[in-house]
Amino acid sequence: MRYLPLSPEDRMAMLKRIGAPSVDAFYEDVPEAARLPGKIDGLPDHQGELAVERHLSNLAVKNRTANEGKFFVGCGAYKHHVPATVDHIIQRSEFLTTYTPYQPEIAQGTLQTLFEFQTQVAELTAMDVANASMYDGSTACAEAALMACRATRRRRVVLSGGVHPHYAAATKTLCEAQGIEVVILPPALDGEGELIGALTDDTACLIGQSPNVFGTVSDLSDVSAAAHEKGALMVSVFTEAVALGLVPPPGEMGADIAVGEGQSIGNPLNFGGPYVGLFACTQKLTRQMPGRLAGETVDADGKRGFVLTLSTREQHIRRDKATSNICTNSGLCALAFTAHMTLLGGVGFKQLAQLNHEAACALADALEAIDGVEILTPRFFNEFAFRTPVNAEAVLAMLDERGVIGGVRASRLMRGAGLDDVIICAATECTTDGDIAAYADALREVV
Amino acid sequence: MTTKYTKDHEWVSLDGDIATVGITKFAAEALGDVVFVELPEMGATYLKGSEVAVVESVKAASDVYAPIGGTITEVNDTLTEAPETVNEAPEAGGWFCKMRVTNASEMDALMDKAAYDAHCAAEG
Repeated sequence: MRYLPLSPEDRMAMLKRIGAPSVDAFYEDVPEAARLPGKIDGLPDHQGELAVERHLSNLAVKNRTANEGKFFVGCGAYKHHVPATVDHIIQRSEFLTTYTPYQPEIAQGTLQTLFEFQTQVAELTAMDVANASMYDGSTACAEAALMACRATRRRRVVLSGGVHPHYAAATKTLCEAQGIEVVILPPALDGEGELIGALTDDTACLIGQSPNVFGTVSDLSDVSAAAHEKGALMVSVFTEAVALGLVPPPGEMGADIAVGEGQSIGNPLNFGGPYVGLFACTQKLTRQMPGRLAGETVDADGKRGFVLTLSTREQHIRRDKATSNICTNSGLCALAFTAHMTLLGGVGFKQLAQLNHEAACALADALEAIDGVEILTPRFFNEFAFRTPVNAEAVLAMLDERGVIGGVRASRLMRGAGLDDVIICAATECTTDGDIAAYADALREVV
Repeated sequence: MTTKYTKDHEWVSLDGDIATVGITKFAAEALGDVVFVELPEMGATYLKGSEVAVVESVKAASDVYAPIGGTITEVNDTLTEAPETVNEAPEAGGWFCKMRVTNASEMDALMDKAAYDAHCAAEG
């Protein structure tokens, strides 16, 4: 489609119709100080396509991409291999424009993939039912907190110091706007158990994460039991979906709601988004669940078909009483997740998890051998925190100069928590022995 | 035992200080096939006019308001497994909950059968 800009005549015709003498006069209600008087500083004049493409290409080559290797960043977004098949499937025109279906039953293919997605998420988390996805892990976490408040008719939620700070911040923003008390415990490497101490009779839910933001794997069963004893719900969070191939899934630890980020499966890092939120719960809570839900049924002839079900929870029917204002989903990212998960299969997924854990173990061994480096995370999957003898920010800058993107400094996510010498790093199936050796060599030089 | 009706199509029967609450035949027919009823919690206290339950049909989900203030003493668990009871016997086996009323005089402001029938006729 050709882009058709307005001509000066078009503009005059519109102004005349609404009775404004000029464009500036039309905007006179906007305070002078808020109006742009001239050009934007530093933004060049318009140029031809070729010149713009060249300019942007020159900017793009300054990017360091994760694909170049020696990349150890995790903390909620993980560099995994995405098979070419995934991209091929999601680029099919029937799927590429996929969005939450507004005339759902006509889009049987889309509904079927959503149903398969839900089935995979439910199996992965060992929960009864999963929805057709949320925006991302952090909003899924916030929605879980809101859902727990609806289900328990209580107005207080507690997050552990191991929950990713971005998830905690999103939860605080959405809950506090509704007058819900949000308690966020101080950052703690092994802090999921501390949730029990913060439990009160009016707590709607405890929110814990495993593996947590420091990579610590925890059994949340005791926390769940304590929550249930007080009539509260347990929300189990994960940021690395691949971990579920090895660590106990939320459903086996007594979770009532499981939420997490699905980017690791089928979705590239992509500058931070769009990602796909995973959301699952127990059968009992299904009607309090936010988001869309695809269901399997039979048509009038008895043939298998798919529908959107339990829509009465949603805003187009329930209006202000809806279980969420999110009635959309990350359809294409969910499809990528499903395509990748289908390619992996159950056995392949477990093998993928195994490769990740082995890579992280090799990385931890290599780093721990360096004088002054101390691995802090007691039990990890593919991510762990370590202490350096010098300031983490300086260490990461020096590693960068040596071609190694060494991870995330904890102080970037948790300011003022006394973690200035802590780096959180991840290894995945993409991490080679050479990458690990390069990291260790570079770190040895700088500490 | 007296039975009264609200303009939102709830019915309430008072026996001593225990009120039984449900939705009327008119409401059940307007909703269509009921697929789910969200019942109140035992022991919870509701003011007259507050949301005490949710009834969901294939067409819509609607709030059910307490016709009278009181504390929930019993909920109709049958509706959890067989929500269609609301359609089959809305003003008998399809009751929602029983409550110990706070102030029985709140019944006075509600409609009797004749007034309610006229109300329904006006709504068409």
